Amino acid sequence: MKALRILTRSIRDSFKSVFRNFSLSIASIACTTITLILVAISLFLSYNVQQVTKDLEHELTIVVYLNKDVTDEQKTEIENDLKTMENVDSYELKSKDEWKAEMKDEDESLENALDIFEENPLLDSIIVTVKDVKDLSETAEKLRKYDFVNSAEYGEGMVENVIGIFDAISFGTFAIVIALVLVTAFLISNTIKLTIFSRRTEIEIMRLVGASNTAIKLPFVFEGFILGVLGSILPILLSIYGYVFLYNQTGGYVFTQIITLVKPFPFVLFVCLCLVVIGSLVGMLGSWRAVRKYLKI
Amino acid sequence: MKLIKVEHAYKIYKNGTTAVADLSVSIDKGEFVFVIGSTGSGKSTFIKMLYREEKPTKGSVIVGGIDVARLRNSKVYKLRRKLGVVFQDFKLLPKLTVYENVAFALETLGLPSDEIRPKVLRAIEAVGLKEKTRNLPSELSGGEQQRVAIARAIVNDPKLLICDEPTGNLDPDTSKGIMKILDKINKELGTTIIMATHDKDLVNQMKKRVLVIENGVLASDTKKGSYKVHESVKNSN
Ligand SMILES: Nc1ncnc2c1ncn2[C@@H]1O[C@H](COP(=O)(O)OP(=O)(O)OP(=O)(O)O)[C@@H](O)[C@H]1O
Ligand SMILES: [Mg+2]
Repeated sequence: MKALRILTRSIRDSFKSVFRNFSLSIASIACTTITLILVAISLFLSYNVQQVTKDLEHELTIVVYLNKDVTDEQKTEIENDLKTMENVDSYELKSKDEWKAEMKDEDESLENALDIFEENPLLDSIIVTVKDVKDLSETAEKLRKYDFVNSAEYGEGMVENVIGIFDAISFGTFAIVIALVLVTAFLISNTIKLTIFSRRTEIEIMRLVGASNTAIKLPFVFEGFILGVLGSILPILLSIYGYVFLYNQTGGYVFTQIITLVKPFPFVLFVCLCLVVIGSLVGMLGSWRAVRKYLKI
Repeated sequence: MKLIKVEHAYKIYKNGTTAVADLSVSIDKGEFVFVIGSTGSGKSTFIKMLYREEKPTKGSVIVGGIDVARLRNSKVYKLRRKLGVVFQDFKLLPKLTVYENVAFALETLGLPSDEIRPKVLRAIEAVGLKEKTRNLPSELSGGEQQRVAIARAIVNDPKLLICDEPTGNLDPDTSKGIMKILDKINKELGTTIIMATHDKDLVNQMKKRVLVIENGVLASDTKKGSYKVHESVKNSN
């Protein structure tokens, strides 16, 4: 009960203090807001990029076309080699007849075209899935060395470039976010520092009459917490409305059919949760720093 | 019963100043003790050690069974709850009324409001400020402000009341009023009172125990003493 009364008192005091130093609080809240908006953007970006990358990586296969006159021995030979190759995750034989059947399924007009030939004009193939995209070209190169391999094809460069750009973007935003988080924590810490100074007498009296250290420190930690949470309101609203709007406007597709957006729910809620948590943590981090530095008790 | 037992206490400040040296004294429950001495003699330092604003450098200071020298920072509040402190500057919160200033001490300790109210009213009545409960400190005279500070110091029924020059900012008549209140608190509530002062007249009138501190050393300790003791000590030096 006593602890509860001290707690409610602390919360009340910290709210009072937020409004008493309103201009300073606004500065801290604004900084938190800006930071969290960037956090939100970077979360949206990196999560979507991750999804896209996953989709793309899924497609990261090398199609090895074998010569028309390939023998069964040769097929066994390359299969055995594939089993021992380091970057090979799995492989799958796909005969020319299977290709033909698949093509027919996809497009009816192709069916007729293919039927013109007496013999199936397509090639037998092996579809190789690699473990690491980065060594894709190297693996393809190795496979091309066999005499009976006609060609080994993959999305030559394009895929890797796209992933590389996305990686750079998310890394860049991440770095900016970290820097901004530090700036925000510092600003909040400064606000709390001023609160501590403006309440010197109060703190002195509290110590004098025997308030415990926790009871003295609590209001300041709460103040940082409140600043952080207040700072996360706008970013949360922007996230919810902004992302849903974007998703609805684009129908979930950006630029091309390849890049699809992650569905808003529950993804947006997860982002909002992150924003509140990050906001309040940054706030408390800032106030904790100020309390440790300027409230020596 | 000894409330305070100080044995061979030293206080050497970080800058090397020895403010209190080899001071030993014990004070019983219910006593009224003046601490006098010329400026810079170490009165405040001695008093600060009693409520652990300063930690003794050497020796032992026991207050109400608590070993002040060994008390960890995080546990100082336990000592503070057993005593009240009054200063020359009243240290009131300017935006709070008389009632709120006194109640503040109990609120920060987490007492329920239905317990706070009667205690606060009793303390305000004890210092004779019943008519001014709703006034702000700025609407009070210096003497009245000091009485609010006293009410705040005694609101939690401490065993010990420590006063560092409580009348330092007040004129002689007002000082007498404060003195009367302190005397009454000492007699009626049995609160032990230690008071540092420069006020000769007060000391001479009250005929209480007087500790004289000179250059950080306890120069004399007399029952029913007066400021004359102090003067004679000074002259013999
Ligand atoms: N925090 C401190 N750091 C260093 N020296 C100090 C500190 N506080 C007091 N002193 C020194 O210790 C000595 C005793 O000071 P103290 O305040 O105890 O004297 P006092 O008897 O209360 O004086 P006054 O009657 O003027 O209030 C003085 O020489 C003073 O300069
Ligand atoms: Mg002094």
